[in-house]
Amino acid sequence: MQFVADGIVFAAIISLGAIGLSMIYNILRFANFAQGEIVATGAYFSLGFVALFGAGIGSIGPLAFGWPLLVSIGFAMVATSLMVLIVDWLLFRQLRDKSASRITLIMAAFGVSLMGRNLITLIAGGDPINFSFFIPRAVEILPSVRVVPDDIAIVVLAGLSVLALHLYLTRTTMGRWMRATAENPTLARVNGIDTRAVIRWTWIVGASLATLAGALQGHIVELRPEMGFSLLLPMFAALIIGGVGNIYGTLLGALFIGLSQSFAVAIGLSAYREAVSFMLMLAILLVRPQGLLGGRD
Amino acid sequence: MDALSLLSFAAFFLTFASFFSLTCLGLNMQWGFTGLFNVGVVGFFAVGAYTSAILTGPAYPDTLFGGFGLPVPIGYLGAIVTSAIAAFVVGFVTLRLREDFLAISTFGIAVTIQLLALNLQSVTRGPNGLYSLPKPLSGLSESNLVDNLLYLGICVLCIGAVYWAFEQMVRSPWGRVLRAIREDEQAAAALGKNVFAYRLQAFVVGCAVMGLAGALYANFVGFISPQDFLPIVTFQVYVMLIVGGSGNNLGAILGGVVVWALWSGSGAVIAAVLPPDFQTQAAAVRIVLIGLVLALMLLYRPAGILRERHIVSREARMSPQSRPTR
Amino acid sequence: MPAVLDIQSIVAGYTPSLPILRGVSLTVQDGEIVTVLGPNGAGKSTLIKAVIGLVPIAEGRALFLDRDITGSPTHQLVREGIAYVPQTENVFARLSVDENLALGADFDRQEIAARRERVLALFPDLAGLGRRRAGRLSGGQRQMVAFGRALMSAPKLLMLDEPSAGLSPKLTQAVFGQLRRIRDAGITILIVEQNARAALQVSDRGYVLAEGREHMQGDAADLLDSPEIGALYLGDRSRLAQQ
Repeated sequence: MQFVADGIVFAAIISLGAIGLSMIYNILRFANFAQGEIVATGAYFSLGFVALFGAGIGSIGPLAFGWPLLVSIGFAMVATSLMVLIVDWLLFRQLRDKSASRITLIMAAFGVSLMGRNLITLIAGGDPINFSFFIPRAVEILPSVRVVPDDIAIVVLAGLSVLALHLYLTRTTMGRWMRATAENPTLARVNGIDTRAVIRWTWIVGASLATLAGALQGHIVELRPEMGFSLLLPMFAALIIGGVGNIYGTLLGALFIGLSQSFAVAIGLSAYREAVSFMLMLAILLVRPQGLLGGRD
Repeated sequence: MDALSLLSFAAFFLTFASFFSLTCLGLNMQWGFTGLFNVGVVGFFAVGAYTSAILTGPAYPDTLFGGFGLPVPIGYLGAIVTSAIAAFVVGFVTLRLREDFLAISTFGIAVTIQLLALNLQSVTRGPNGLYSLPKPLSGLSESNLVDNLLYLGICVLCIGAVYWAFEQMVRSPWGRVLRAIREDEQAAAALGKNVFAYRLQAFVVGCAVMGLAGALYANFVGFISPQDFLPIVTFQVYVMLIVGGSGNNLGAILGGVVVWALWSGSGAVIAAVLPPDFQTQAAAVRIVLIGLVLALMLLYRPAGILRERHIVSREARMSPQSRPTR
Repeated sequence: MPAVLDIQSIVAGYTPSLPILRGVSLTVQDGEIVTVLGPNGAGKSTLIKAVIGLVPIAEGRALFLDRDITGSPTHQLVREGIAYVPQTENVFARLSVDENLALGADFDRQEIAARRERVLALFPDLAGLGRRRAGRLSGGQRQMVAFGRALMSAPKLLMLDEPSAGLSPKLTQAVFGQLRRIRDAGITILIVEQNARAALQVSDRGYVLAEGREHMQGDAADLLDSPEIGALYLGDRSRLAQQ
């Protein structure tokens, strides 16, 4: 059952990244092929702030990271959000104003994805980097199931973030506006909702969660310019399997993808990890085009 | 630079551009005329390249399958057939999906094909690639230049044939249905057209041409590896088509040449400016530049250099943001 | 007192090359109920959408309480006191009734509770449905949520697009009956309707649009008696609409 533990950790990271994908898909109505680069940008900004503060990444009890990393991630969330808002302002906003088709937006996002990946390479170099040198020390939580304490912390952090998002969407005015805009943008405007503000906050929330995803992935694996791009297919698969239009479905989809990828690794198909999530997505699309939780009004 | 080496450079450049122009033509059938957003272009290009390499290449000591050493034209034909079959399978599964799901699925297919090329070592030799692929007509002359000119001739012939065939096709009633589907799928369906069948046909035809382009590439370069088939290629081809003018076959060919010139030209300039230690950075700058070209085209000249001729304008489409009821 | 709404020779449509409204003028005075009639495709809905900023105005202008609102963004117009109830998809089906109502006044949050009271007083049937998803309500209940949502913004002008569409004759009567009460609460109303008789019966004045232009106007009572209107809009068509 080791693969279940590994799968849940991977699912936690995918779901943090895929939530932004899901929110953009539902509110701005396009598949954001640049979501992976938002994840990577967040990771590299976190690295930048860790370097800037010069306090390492700290530690809390058995964890190999602590407040210095968490604070850096906080700053990175702001920086990444700003970056994303600038790109939206320069490119996507203008395309929206021109009533560009959904496909044009996807194409633009595809271009942003390539540019982002290569800008990271230009600035930080193409070689893998680590936040710190840490040797994971696994503990046995169940007979023959070993996990690193940091992995547990990641799952907890992801869980808390999702809970916070849930409260944000259901208890705050902006959250209500987001759900309203996702359902019917015209009716939202007719309710006095400034959809431009909703779009801004959608980018900010999505980018912040993606930053967390990137930093955590960077912490337990490494930072590479392609780190986000290689998460793109699993994130899309989570979105589609869960049923677009339903953030909770995306979480379920992420769990599904996380478990199946680590299962694939467990049975020796690690080279085809990415393809596995994709094939599952196709299979589910064929049987249930609306996804697992889709179609529920 | 003397005239001969200039000619030799031009032949080399145009041959490379022609691989892209041909791929661009294939994509134009899908995206330009039918509105299919295929993000897996490089995957079908790779299928063609590997097919021809396996059919025409020598027997390698470390593969279990391949090394048939067949004549190159058979490699080309094989490439067309296998990429068409791959397109049929993929299209059958994905073309019923919504346009953005299609984009995600075809993207996933390209990734999968690349993973297969990388990991099916017994067929593709994985990251080591397939080498010593034969080049047709190369025995006729001692001169490398003549070889390259002859190969360029083959490529131009292929482009000419595909161009001619596509022009006939898009002008036929069949082509009109494709455009109708692109502009308004529901209306086309309401006219009793089997939208799925038409899309599948356009998809298969386009991918077959991409496969041919891949085969031409493989036998010209003589060596292929998974590194040649990264998602950037798909992106380049889209930029070419958008720059050239999607929906215009001549524009597709032109876009391939123009953008390839920009691409290789900027590469030469950057290589001259940056010290050799900064190869990674040089590649990155180039990709950022091509991304900028795309963004600017989308923003300021979405119709491309050569606009589509006498066909209903695309601006008539409603934006997804405002969905007026009537 | 200036006119609540003063539309001056508006030309508007989804694309500049194909205007649906080709020079329409119309005024709505404070405290009036005004109905706009016309055949399908005459541009009735487009007129309302142009006022609220959902369809761009190419020429002419619209004044709201003497202020030029041509080209203002929709959300600002709503905040300034224009409410609009679309004909279809006029509630958020996935949100609860309470959330729908709250959305109407989210830009005025301290008022939400008080306004909800008033709306529930007007539509007592909605009491007790607060937590239900709007998508699970009956057609009549949905229409009440849509009205209530619009009223939550405490508008000066309420614009309704085909409020009787899809409702039974009995419900139609009930809905139009409410309009008088809404007007008596100080809200001016502009209605676009196919169901001419029911609408004119509660209206003060009416306009008839045809082919993007204003064709006739007059007091509601006169229009009801007019033979042309009778033949065009009160005959078979209205009976059809009521079935």
